[in-house]
Amino acid sequence: MTGNSQKKRQSASFDTGRRLRPYTWLLRHLQVALASLGRFTRSPLSSLMTAAVIAIALTLPTGLHLLLNNLQLLSDSWDGATSISIFIRQEVEPQRLGQLVSRLHTKPGIDGVRLITKEQALEEFQQLSGFSGALEALEENPLPPVVVVTSRLETPEQAQALLAELEQLKETDFAQLDMQWVRRFQAITDIAQRAILVLASLLGAAVLLVVVNTIRLEIQNRHAEIEITKQIGGTDAFIRRPFLYMGVWYGLFGGVIAWLLVLLSLRLLEAPVAHLAGLYQSGFSLIGMDTPTLLVLIGGSTLLGLVGSWIAVGRHLAGIEPD
Amino acid sequence: MIHFDNVTKRYPGGHTGLSNASFHIGQGEMVFLTGHSGAGKSTLLKLIGLLERSTGGQVRVAGRNLTRMKQRQIPYHRREVGMIFQDHRLLNDRTVFDNVAMPLIVAGLGHTEIGRRVRAALDKVGLLNREKAYPITLSGGEQQRVGIARAVVSKPPVVLADEPTGNLDPDLSREIMHLFEQFNQVGVTLIIASHDLELIRPMQRRILTLNQGRLESDDR
Ligand SMILES: Nc1ncnc2c1ncn2[C@@H]1O[C@H](COP(=O)(O)OP(=O)(O)O)[C@@H](O)[C@H]1O
Ligand SMILES: [Mg+2]
Repeated sequence: MTGNSQKKRQSASFDTGRRLRPYTWLLRHLQVALASLGRFTRSPLSSLMTAAVIAIALTLPTGLHLLLNNLQLLSDSWDGATSISIFIRQEVEPQRLGQLVSRLHTKPGIDGVRLITKEQALEEFQQLSGFSGALEALEENPLPPVVVVTSRLETPEQAQALLAELEQLKETDFAQLDMQWVRRFQAITDIAQRAILVLASLLGAAVLLVVVNTIRLEIQNRHAEIEITKQIGGTDAFIRRPFLYMGVWYGLFGGVIAWLLVLLSLRLLEAPVAHLAGLYQSGFSLIGMDTPTLLVLIGGSTLLGLVGSWIAVGRHLAGIEPD
Repeated sequence: MIHFDNVTKRYPGGHTGLSNASFHIGQGEMVFLTGHSGAGKSTLLKLIGLLERSTGGQVRVAGRNLTRMKQRQIPYHRREVGMIFQDHRLLNDRTVFDNVAMPLIVAGLGHTEIGRRVRAALDKVGLLNREKAYPITLSGGEQQRVGIARAVVSKPPVVLADEPTGNLDPDLSREIMHLFEQFNQVGVTLIIASHDLELIRPMQRRILTLNQGRLESDDR
C-alpha cells in the first residue's frame, strides 16, 4: 500500500467522511426516496387512506376555484361590451331619430348603434309577453323608441361618463346603463375568491396537521430503528431523510388524487352544463383544470407534506436517544 | 487509545454512575470490566461510545477529546466504536443481512462493498448461511453473534461489549469470548463488561473492577 491510499483511507473514516460526492449523494437520496415509497406500499390501505384525506381536503378549494373561474369567464364574455339604452321622448319625430342614429355612429367610443322603433318595440313586447290582446286594446302605442348604443369601454368610469353625455341629449327621456349587474356579479365573485382563499388556508392547515400526525406515528413505530441508527452513528440528516420523503410522498399522492377527483367532478358536470348552455343558445363549455392551478395543487400539497413531516421530525426525533 | 482522567458521571436526579475514574487502555488491548450490578460498568462504556457525556473530568478516545466534542460530530465518533449489548438490539422486521448492513449504510458505502463486508462479518461469527433469516427465528447465541457482526462490520478500532454473555449458558459464553479474542488478535481494542468472574478470570486479561462508581482495582 502506498502512502497515498493510506491517507485516503484515513480521510474516508473520521473527519471528512461527512462529505459525499454529488453523484453518490444523489444516488443515496434516490434510494431513500424509493425505500420510503416501498414503506408506503407495504401498508397500502392506511397509506391510501391518509392520502385520500389529504386529497379530499384539497379537492374542495380546488373545485370551488375552478367553478369560480368558469363563472368569471361567463361574465367576462358579457361585459366586454357595455350597452346603454336611450329611451327617446315620445314627441321626437322619426326623421330626427334617424339623424340622431347617424350622429351617434360617428361619435368616438361608440361601436354600434341600433334603433328600436316604437313599432318594433311593440312587436317584440307582444312576442315576448304574450299580452298581444291587451295591447291591441290600447289606442296608442305606449312604448317609446329606444336607441341601443354599444361600446367597448375599459372602465366603469368611462361608461358612466358616456351615460351622462347621452342623458344630456335633448332627444333623451332617460338612459340606462346595462352593465350594473355585471359589476355586482364581479363584486360577488371577488368575495367568493376571498372566501375560497380562506377555505384553502384552513384546509391546507388541516392537511399539514394530518401529515404531522401521520409522520409522528411513523416515528413512534420506528422508535427502535431510530435508536439503533443513532447508536451506530447515523447523522440527524440521515435519520430525518426517510421521514421527510414519506411526508413528500403523502403530499404528492394527496395532490394527485385531488386532481383526479376534480377531473371526475368536472366530467360529471360536463353534460348538465352543455344542456344548460344549449338552452341559452350559448356555446359555453366548462374550462377544466388549467396548468397554473394544477401546479399550485400538486406543488402546494407536496410542500405541505414536506413542511408537515419537517415539523413532526423536528418535534419528535430529538427525543429519541439510544441508552 | 482510551484515556479517562478523573471522570465523573452524575445522572440527572443525583445518581452517580461513575466517580473520579482514571485509567488508560492502550491500542489493541483486551480489557474486562467487572463489578456488581449498579457499579457503573454500563456507564463507563456509554461514556466511551458517547451515549452519555461525562459531568466531570476528561475522556479521550483515539486522540479525540469527547468532553469537548460538538453534538454534530457525535455520529462520526460512534462509527468508530462498535457496541454490543446484552439484549443484542436487533431489528426484528429485517433480515440478518440487513441488520448487519446498517452501520455500512449509515456510513454511505456502496452496494457491492456492503455485500462483501456483511458476508465477511457473518462468516467470522459463523452465520453466513443465515443471512436471509429473521432474528426471531435464531437462538439466543445466534442473535448475539448477529449483534457482534453488526458491531464489527465497519471495522471500528474500538469494540465495547456490555454483558454480551448475560443470557447465554457457559459453553456459548466461552464461544463468544473466543470470538472476541480473534478480533483482538487483528488489533481491535476491546472492552468487555461482565460480572461473571468465573468466565473472565481464566482468560488472563486485564480486569478493571468497579464498585459503586469507583475504580476499585486494575489487575493486569
Ligand atoms: N439513565 C440513568 N439515569 C439515572 N441513573 C442511572 C442511569 N443509568 C445508570 N444510572 C445509575 O448509575 C449507577 C451505575 O449504573 P450502571 O452503569 O448501569 O451500572 P452497571 O452496568 O454496572 O450495572 C446506578 O446506580 C444506576 O442507578
Ligand atoms: Mg449494566
